[in-house]
Amino acid sequence: MKRFKLILYSFFILFFTISKSYSLIEVDITRGNLNPLPIAVSPLFQDKVSKIFFEKEINIDDLGSEISKVIENNLKQSGLFNPLSKDAFLQKPDIAHLKPRFEDWSLIKSQALITGKVTAVNEKLKVEFRLWDVLAGREMLALAFTTVPSNWRRVGHIITDKVYERLTGEKGYFDTRIIYVSEEGPKTQRIKKLAIMDQDGFNTKYLTLGNELVLTPRFNPTNQMVTYLSYFRNLPRVYLLDIETGIQEVVGDFPGMTFAPRFSPDGKKIIMSFAKDGNSDIYTMDIENRIVERITNHPSIDTSPSYSPDGKFITFNSDRSGYQQIYVMNSDGSNVKRISFGKGLYGTPVWSPRGDLIAFTKLHKGKFYIGVMRVDGKGERLLTENYYQEAPSWAPNGRVLIFYRETKSNDKGEGFSAKLWSIDLTGYNERMVETETDASDPSWSSLLSN
Amino acid sequence: MYKSLFVSSIFHTAVIVLSIFTLPFIAKQPLDIPPLVSVELIQISDKTNIPFAPKAKKIIEKVKKDNEKLVSEQAPPKKVKKDEKKEVSVVKNKEKINELASKKTPTPETKKEILKKEKLDAIPLPDKKNEKLSVEEEKKQKPSQELKKEENLKEIIKPKKPKIDDTKVKQASEFEKKELFDPNNIAALIDKSKEDIGETNKKVDKISQSQDDTMDISTLTLSEEDALKAQIFGCWSIPLGLPYNENLLVRIKLKLKPDGTLIKSEILDHARMNMPGQGFYKVLAESALRAIQLCQPLKVPTSGYERWKNLQLNFDAREMLGG
Repeated sequence: MKRFKLILYSFFILFFTISKSYSLIEVDITRGNLNPLPIAVSPLFQDKVSKIFFEKEINIDDLGSEISKVIENNLKQSGLFNPLSKDAFLQKPDIAHLKPRFEDWSLIKSQALITGKVTAVNEKLKVEFRLWDVLAGREMLALAFTTVPSNWRRVGHIITDKVYERLTGEKGYFDTRIIYVSEEGPKTQRIKKLAIMDQDGFNTKYLTLGNELVLTPRFNPTNQMVTYLSYFRNLPRVYLLDIETGIQEVVGDFPGMTFAPRFSPDGKKIIMSFAKDGNSDIYTMDIENRIVERITNHPSIDTSPSYSPDGKFITFNSDRSGYQQIYVMNSDGSNVKRISFGKGLYGTPVWSPRGDLIAFTKLHKGKFYIGVMRVDGKGERLLTENYYQEAPSWAPNGRVLIFYRETKSNDKGEGFSAKLWSIDLTGYNERMVETETDASDPSWSSLLSN
Repeated sequence: MYKSLFVSSIFHTAVIVLSIFTLPFIAKQPLDIPPLVSVELIQISDKTNIPFAPKAKKIIEKVKKDNEKLVSEQAPPKKVKKDEKKEVSVVKNKEKINELASKKTPTPETKKEILKKEKLDAIPLPDKKNEKLSVEEEKKQKPSQELKKEENLKEIIKPKKPKIDDTKVKQASEFEKKELFDPNNIAALIDKSKEDIGETNKKVDKISQSQDDTMDISTLTLSEEDALKAQIFGCWSIPLGLPYNENLLVRIKLKLKPDGTLIKSEILDHARMNMPGQGFYKVLAESALRAIQLCQPLKVPTSGYERWKNLQLNFDAREMLGG
């Protein structure tokens, strides 16, 4: 009987304690904002001994602060980050690097924080940095680099690459260089030199003297070699230049006109177009054995070839349909397909390092556009429009394009200028890249730290 | 034997009774489904002829017919009464004038003045008294049959929401006055229909505690969900470097306080966070967590805490990245 009562009571308790069951409510979040992420870049802390050393060595008073400025500028230029003003920072750099007070940083609306420390170790520069998630209150990344003190700007670029990769999910493009044609003088008598600089416009170096006309410099995607076209005694020559060593060599003298040399993805071949007897076709040349191979054979003008990143396809422009349009073919020249069908003329196609898009220049109704389309020609998007602009070149992560833009001159040739501009794939982050002189024909290198 | 049978039957009865009163799926009352609002999608071109909604047209025609009847029965007495009053007063005035004329011989000017005064008296300006009268008249002139018709009409339009239906009937009658099918008035029709939707939404928003117990417990209402989504949209900075074609859906389970602040957040596919080759997933998951942290307290409904204290947010950036 007692057992029965117990069971009965337990049933009573069970039923009266049963509350309503609720299934889990799900809410789909399919949209967000594209506003730049607010980020605080705290000046990198340096002790007194290191400060004296660096002041003596590279004549910089506050190296930590200078490196943080490099990082800040890079992040701002990307358009994806909004570095907050240092005036608003509440915590000192040394303490922040040990243990940030996240409340202070979230108070100034920062979502991420970079702290760091600069020290002199065995006459070398050692930089350590940490990336913090302010809202979650935890460390996301911590790295240290050691290099010669004069390399301090590169350290700033490498730190930016690491931060960018950690927060966006794709590789950065800050520790890179841009080679371009520096232009000076009036429009009719331009002096054109080959120049190279960091992607942020610093450390410009001139690689040629300006005696000969230089055109279309292009980086080797695998190393720091450059190929370019130069006129020697009015004959075009394709050159190879090793930027690290400064050694330059002629790849070959070619009969007739030669245009737009560009490396294959493995860096072993150069692809270009030759004009022979009034007909321009695409050729490749093996750099080691100098064997030249004809890829297209068509009475029309085929120019501006560019390999896909896997090396299986080539995009180029041709007027074989009557107007200049973009085509894609297999790397052996077979299976040629036209991919551009929009109004206007299309030129300078360049395959993205990610392989998903082809950038191009378009001329329509007297205006020049820089645009991108998918490799099948669909999804054409015009990113920017101007009086004259061309020659897009991809950043190594396939997210940003650099190109050059010319301004209109008057009848006397005054008012003319050529400048480098960059734009990202959204089309919103368009910026002029500062150069010492006028500039054209830019080419973006791969990451130096690879 | 009998004792055990007796105990067993009591026990069984108790179980059944308890089940009926305590298990929610048995006690649950039929849902009070709100009426559907018909929407027609129209593609706007240079010249767009907006078609009239056929359902609305039928309803409005019915209302129009009924109101015609009402008006036809209402209108004549009003006019007749006023006219009668006017006529009677004028006749009376004339009689008075004649009487006066017989007594005295006034000048034509004085006659006119008198007439004017009398006319003004006879046809008064609309004042409060008249308004009251007209209201009374309308009430009187609504016979029981017509009222029944109206009620039937309300049932046709919206069977279980008489308040909303009132506005519809009222709205229809307004259109009727301005000639319903005048194309110039279509814009007004659209605007009014928007107002109606707004009203219904507002009514949905206001959920009393008693309603809350009986309503569907497994979802948020559309407006509640929209408010929450809109808040998180603003907080979520999407990492733009992510490839749009990968499977990057991040599901996060939240435990919330009644004021919407976060007690606990849990990534449901947490194992993916540390897998090699899942860097993009990790970046996306972290951005989603930041959005939740930034947004809190979340804009959750003011009532029904039990419903939403556990919430799952599915962050999917493909739509944004693919565009």
